[in-house]
Amino acid sequence: MDSNKIGHHISGQFNKELEDIRNKVLTMGGLVEQQVELAMQAFSTGDIEMAELVIKQDNQVDALEVSIDRECTQILALRQPAAFDLRLLLTVIKVINELEIVGDLAERIAKLAIQSADSDGKIDQYYEIQHMSNLVKDMLHRALDAFARMSIEDVPTITGLDDNVDREYASIIRQLITHMMEDPRNITRTINVLWTVRAMERIGDHACYICEHLIYMVKGEAVRHLSREELEKRVKGG
Amino acid sequence: MTTQQARTHAIDMKSILRGPRDQEENSEVCIKVENLNLFYGEKQALHNINMDIPKQKVTAYIGPSGCGKSTLLRCINRMNDLVDSARIEGRILLDEENIYDKSVNVASLRRRVGMVFQKPNPFPKTIFENVAYGLRIQGINDKRTLEETVEKALRGAALWDEMKDRLNDNALGMSGGQQQRLVIARAIAIEPEVLLLDEPASALDPISTLKIEELINELKEHYTIVIVTHNMQQAARVSDYTAFMYMGELIEMGTTSELFTNPRKKQTEDYITGRYG
Repeated sequence: MDSNKIGHHISGQFNKELEDIRNKVLTMGGLVEQQVELAMQAFSTGDIEMAELVIKQDNQVDALEVSIDRECTQILALRQPAAFDLRLLLTVIKVINELEIVGDLAERIAKLAIQSADSDGKIDQYYEIQHMSNLVKDMLHRALDAFARMSIEDVPTITGLDDNVDREYASIIRQLITHMMEDPRNITRTINVLWTVRAMERIGDHACYICEHLIYMVKGEAVRHLSREELEKRVKGG
Repeated sequence: MTTQQARTHAIDMKSILRGPRDQEENSEVCIKVENLNLFYGEKQALHNINMDIPKQKVTAYIGPSGCGKSTLLRCINRMNDLVDSARIEGRILLDEENIYDKSVNVASLRRRVGMVFQKPNPFPKTIFENVAYGLRIQGINDKRTLEETVEKALRGAALWDEMKDRLNDNALGMSGGQQQRLVIARAIAIEPEVLLLDEPASALDPISTLKIEELINELKEHYTIVIVTHNMQQAARVSDYTAFMYMGELIEMGTTSELFTNPRKKQTEDYITGRYG
């Protein structure tokens, strides 16, 4: 795949506008990735200051979403883009929506971190969710990387990771239920973990949605509601 | 509501999901171009063109200057016969009949295939006489018939309301947009099957352009329309099918919505997105 599909317009200004949008999406992606990382760290270490930073950063993510949205609207109205340019803009509009939701989920985890830290003074490492957290961060990173390279090669790996996340999610839930049954005093802590795990699982899903949008951008095919096998076939096949 | 009722009230998803631009499959073919080559002297202007132009649809030809789209359009009513150096190989079938067959009468072919050019070319006559011209040269002079046909053609070209009180004014006094619609009225007065439009709106202001586009949309109910345009957004707006031509070759032809969102060929992509290939 031609990695510089944005360039080569006769209008240099158009190249610049598209390049600017792409850079802003990548900035937004980087910010959201950092939010997720910090939120998870804040949750496991009970670092309230860090959690508050995540909540504050969400304003920047929201501002970027609005700004990118506006630039896309302007290009649609003024330049009537076609073919790849059109699909790029439609994809950007959808991807920033996914990123904004991921940002909100990170914010939710940060709020849960503050609550958990308040409820008891001692630091709880929450080992049971570390592995899942790493998987989800990897998925998000790969999805953003695929967008940056405008390549869908990595999509099967990302959707494969989502299967692992789902398995991990189910197993953590079973574990949490056992904790609650063992001792009702665990319930408050466990529910906080439950919400966090749920938010992480959703972040993984949104990373997959980003991949689906990318397939539309690169191949012009709507794959949102296909089975996993069918999707992988489309990525590999012509 | 019972399950039974819910079933009978089920919405017809197929018709709801159909967009206004979705094409029915198997549209009837009106014009079939087969292995068409055209030479101006030594120079080959069209290379082995094959295409099906569907009946009562709008087909647009797009491509850079000199790519052969006007030449191809002019082949459909044998306008290139008037160019001495032009030589044609291959066939063009109109309703399954080869228009380049020796037995074909060119005048009657052009009666079936009307043409409108970039610059409006009304005759220096009254509006009425301009529209009636095609009938008069066929020998029709009955006043009633003429009046009825002129009104119908002017209505068809969305010009009747503006012009009904000015039928005896000189056509050269009309605005450019009105003149272009008058020329279209003149073309449809003799009820052709096919209308060829060569850049019909390129000399007009945006509002007149929109009126012409609206007119094209109405006319396709009765006529097969082929339009050449430099304005890609116009092709995208008015046509059902688009053919992209480059250096005398047909690169890609497909439904307009597909060609403008997901073209198959890189050359098409580069052209419609404004890139240099």
